[in-house]
Amino acid sequence: MPDQRLSTTTFEELAMPLFDQLYNFARWLTQDTAEAEDLVQETYTKALRGFSSFQIGTNFRAWMYRILRNSFLSSRSGLKTTVAIDDEDKEMILVEPGPTPESLAIEQSNREVVQQALGELPVHFREILLLCEVEEMSYQEIAQALSIPVGTVMSRLSRARKTLRTLLQQKFAGGPHGV
Amino acid sequence: MACEAWRDKLDLYADGELAPADASTLNAHMRTCSDCAADALARVQLKRSVAAAGNRYQPSAAFRARIAGSVAAKPRRQANWWWKVVAVPALAVLLISVVANFYVQTQKARQQRTFSELADLHVGMLASAAPFDVISTDRHTVKPWFQGKIPFTFNLPELQGSEFTLLGGRVTYLEQTPGAHLIYQLHKHEISVFIFQDHGTNAANLPPGSVHALSFNMEGWRQDGLRYFVVGDVGPGDIEALSKLLRGAS
Repeated sequence: MPDQRLSTTTFEELAMPLFDQLYNFARWLTQDTAEAEDLVQETYTKALRGFSSFQIGTNFRAWMYRILRNSFLSSRSGLKTTVAIDDEDKEMILVEPGPTPESLAIEQSNREVVQQALGELPVHFREILLLCEVEEMSYQEIAQALSIPVGTVMSRLSRARKTLRTLLQQKFAGGPHGV
Repeated sequence: MACEAWRDKLDLYADGELAPADASTLNAHMRTCSDCAADALARVQLKRSVAAAGNRYQPSAAFRARIAGSVAAKPRRQANWWWKVVAVPALAVLLISVVANFYVQTQKARQQRTFSELADLHVGMLASAAPFDVISTDRHTVKPWFQGKIPFTFNLPELQGSEFTLLGGRVTYLEQTPGAHLIYQLHKHEISVFIFQDHGTNAANLPPGSVHALSFNMEGWRQDGLRYFVVGDVGPGDIEALSKLLRGAS
């Protein structure tokens, strides 16, 4: 790794464009505005402090998300989710939804339902879906942001989607005023 | 490849992570398999729905400003650093200029004092009942007369062919230092020539070149460890002419 160091001006230039997305991500993780702000604040403070050790050529966005996520995991509300993440190998047995594409033709009008379902997902499913779908990160980037191997990214994504589909099916089955 | 085998790859396909060779094979398969095509479409639609639903929360303007401020704090400190880089030399220059100005003013005051003293010596000589200690128009008489009276010797110019006449000389003092005071005449005007040792501290403070003050003209220069001053009420051109003769004498 080259011992190149970026100036702090560059940090601002790199980090501020990520601000909206990082906040959105933090808000989804914490499910609370004040906690999300604290988390983003902490992320920027830590990142600025650690920026001199940030290596050029490393994915800056993934690095920022990793800081945010590690900060979240060590926070009060984050600690509650740790169990779920450690429990990954003993995934809850999902109801196999089967290929029912018709039921999944989710319209824009169902946005609130999807948001509700996302909020109900375990944090480690929610975050990987957000990174993949909202941030449009590659598997490689997600692996860096979550500090997990690419293989785990794929399997966790697959499980996250299955869980989400199950949740959505339950909601749609329950009608517009569903569960 | 059977549909079951493809099922596992549909997520990768939708995520754009499938190797190009596999992707084209899957494309070919989906043209003939409506189940797989529909499944892939559903996955893409789910992705879109999550993308739309996930983009949900907007930070407040106040919070944005707070973070932007904390992130910009470092560059601002850097700006302060640059300010110092500019300010420290600027202050140094200011200090130097103040000191230099003080020095120049002090020098000017000393020069003014020296000039006044020389003018006084000249006027004192003019007003004196016995202006000369040695009266002679002959430089070969005047110069030896100073031997033993002043701690240095000097050369005097040949005046033949010039309008100047040597009248005589006397011992004088400037800032407690003995020197030669020679009196020349030009059209009834008397001109004083002062010669002192160049100590660099006393009369040497007077700037070289000509000065005009109190209707006296004066010219001063350094030469061979001596300091010369020519003072008189004649025009600057005449002062300069006599100065030139004296310079050529040594």
